Amino acid sequence: MLKFIIRRLIYMIATLFVVSIVTFIIIQLPPGDFVSSMIAHRAALGELVDQSEVDALRSYYGLGQPAHIQYLRWFGAILKGDLGFSMQWNQPVKLLIKDRLPWSFGISLISLAFVWAIGLPIGIYSATHQYSIPDYVATFFGFIGLGVPNFLLALLALWIWFQAKGEVMVGLFSEKYMMEPWSVAKVGDLFRHLWIPALITGMSGTAGLIRTIRANLLDEVRKPYVMMARARGVAERKLLVKYPLRVAMIPAVSTIGWVLPSLFAGELITSFVMGIPTLAPVFLGALLNQDMFLAGSIVLILSTLTVVGTLVSDILLALVDPRIKESV
Amino acid sequence: MSEKNSASSIPQPEEKAAEDRVYVASQWQLMWWRFRKHKVAIISAVLLILMYLTIIFAEFVSPYDPRINHRKFLYAPPQKIHFIDRDGKFHLRPFVYGYEGTMDMETLQIRYAEDRDVLYPILLFARGEPYKMWGLFDSDIHLFGVPEGGTIFLLGTERQGRDMLSRIIIGGRMSLSIGLVGLAISFFLGVFLGGLSGYFGGLFDVVLQRIIEFLRSIPTLPLWMALSAALPPRWTVVQVYFGIVVILSLIGWTGLARVVRSKFMSLREEDFVMAARLVGASELRVVFRHMVPSFTSHLIANLTMSIPGMILGETSLSFLGLGLQEPAISWGVLLKDAQSVAVLAESPWLLLPGIPVVIVVLAFNFLGDGIRDAADPYGR
Repeated sequence: MLKFIIRRLIYMIATLFVVSIVTFIIIQLPPGDFVSSMIAHRAALGELVDQSEVDALRSYYGLGQPAHIQYLRWFGAILKGDLGFSMQWNQPVKLLIKDRLPWSFGISLISLAFVWAIGLPIGIYSATHQYSIPDYVATFFGFIGLGVPNFLLALLALWIWFQAKGEVMVGLFSEKYMMEPWSVAKVGDLFRHLWIPALITGMSGTAGLIRTIRANLLDEVRKPYVMMARARGVAERKLLVKYPLRVAMIPAVSTIGWVLPSLFAGELITSFVMGIPTLAPVFLGALLNQDMFLAGSIVLILSTLTVVGTLVSDILLALVDPRIKESV
Repeated sequence: MSEKNSASSIPQPEEKAAEDRVYVASQWQLMWWRFRKHKVAIISAVLLILMYLTIIFAEFVSPYDPRINHRKFLYAPPQKIHFIDRDGKFHLRPFVYGYEGTMDMETLQIRYAEDRDVLYPILLFARGEPYKMWGLFDSDIHLFGVPEGGTIFLLGTERQGRDMLSRIIIGGRMSLSIGLVGLAISFFLGVFLGGLSGYFGGLFDVVLQRIIEFLRSIPTLPLWMALSAALPPRWTVVQVYFGIVVILSLIGWTGLARVVRSKFMSLREEDFVMAARLVGASELRVVFRHMVPSFTSHLIANLTMSIPGMILGETSLSFLGLGLQEPAISWGVLLKDAQSVAVLAESPWLLLPGIPVVIVVLAFNFLGDGIRDAADPYGR
């Protein structure tokens, strides 16, 4: 087991290294170096830029030197916790991200919980009640989750909410609680706003989970060992949970790592449409304004979170199913 | 059926013919017979063919020029098609009423109402706004239209008074073709790299597997967004189009490469490959004559399933303002106009471009399911 964890850790570090290179390339993509675009940006705002400050910045990031030196400087700064400077916001990137990252992460995690809380029972029910009306309904919703893109669902939710309640559902809090200190009522209000984006973000994941669980469970319950257990007189419910369900869940658990990227992506686009102050609007704004330090840092952080999440799910899976270790 | 066909019982000639058909049928014929039974897949295939035909003849099918502003009809809601006029008389040929907008002086909004005094029959092959078919020859004949003076905005108009239906039809040209062009690139990358990796193995295989794992482990949408934001702003529509396609397929090929690789790895050990080698077939001949045909059907199913991802990718990017932009028309560009609740509340028909997106995505998925089931020789 230890050997397995160490090997996965090495993979993860290698992946993170490549992620950082890709991020660096993204930051470098727009024409001109970022200090000169920063000067241009400040000048456009009518600010005077001190030449000594410019020189200091240039030497700090190693501009004018070969690319690999620039990369090492940048990477070294990140290890020290310096993510660079956002031109558009005139703030260190770290400060901008610090407030918003927990929301992005939180919504994605709640979505993951939704995916399992909804997908698992519906998948089991569909499999045990094959070709019943609820099964068809579940299949239908599965197809909606599969075919309707997140942003369209979010737009529809906004529109339906507006039609039904006559108010615009935007942000995390109602106006009443916006400036209030934290209280039980405020948390309640937060969850009232949070469940719809979380549900939308998890829609395609839920649809996928229902399909996987249903198909696997249907395959599993036809196997002889299930009939054997039934013949021995094991109660139907106990029988289901104890044997075939466990086996049917393995492929679903193993794809948690792959669900994470889609959840982060879903959160990004859903939050953008619904105007929730997560990383989403900042990221999009940074891209549209070519504020590349900010954009690159967000790509770096989201990728890192995904890679770490994948590692955790892999280790969990190896604990659940000893067969995995040998094959990886 | 193999029982009945034994030599002891003499089968009827017709029955025998039907059974023999199965034995002599080629692999593709067998697949087609199985595929035919998959009703949903057949319906999806027909729908997709219709949609692709529509975008090929988009200028002719759309009732208006998608770029012409109708200044008297800004944000006009969809017009209704009628069969029965106000006197209760039934018309075999459907018609629309006259359509007029009046400004509400209090709210400064334009309200549109039918003018029941004028009737415009809907004509097939009607003359309308001139267009240049495929940029080659001029015409002004549209699939349907109304006589001079009438309007037919079946899906309403948008902020500049351009006809939504025509824009959705022309937009399909971008959105639907991006899937196919992207597919061609991912197909090439996936089959080529996956094939090399599976056939030769070794160091190349290890490196490629790490690259694929890397590409699969990072969130694609942020990466797509960052890369397309970096496309030079001075690029023309065509350049941006190909830029987006390349970005989408840079990540899309990994799934295909995995399938091709695992197929090559298992086939490498098969007896028929060994036999081909023994009789002196060259490496290329072994690959293309003996190995590739045995998993072509699998490939096709996999390819079909990967188109929706590309279409959704383009739509999402353009929706966010990072993909195609006006004056280009695609479904994502159209949906971008529906971003604010204020607009949606007044003009919900701007969400309509979402419907073809959903239909296409589902249809490709069902079609892929059908092909996969049909291609599986051990399937029911």
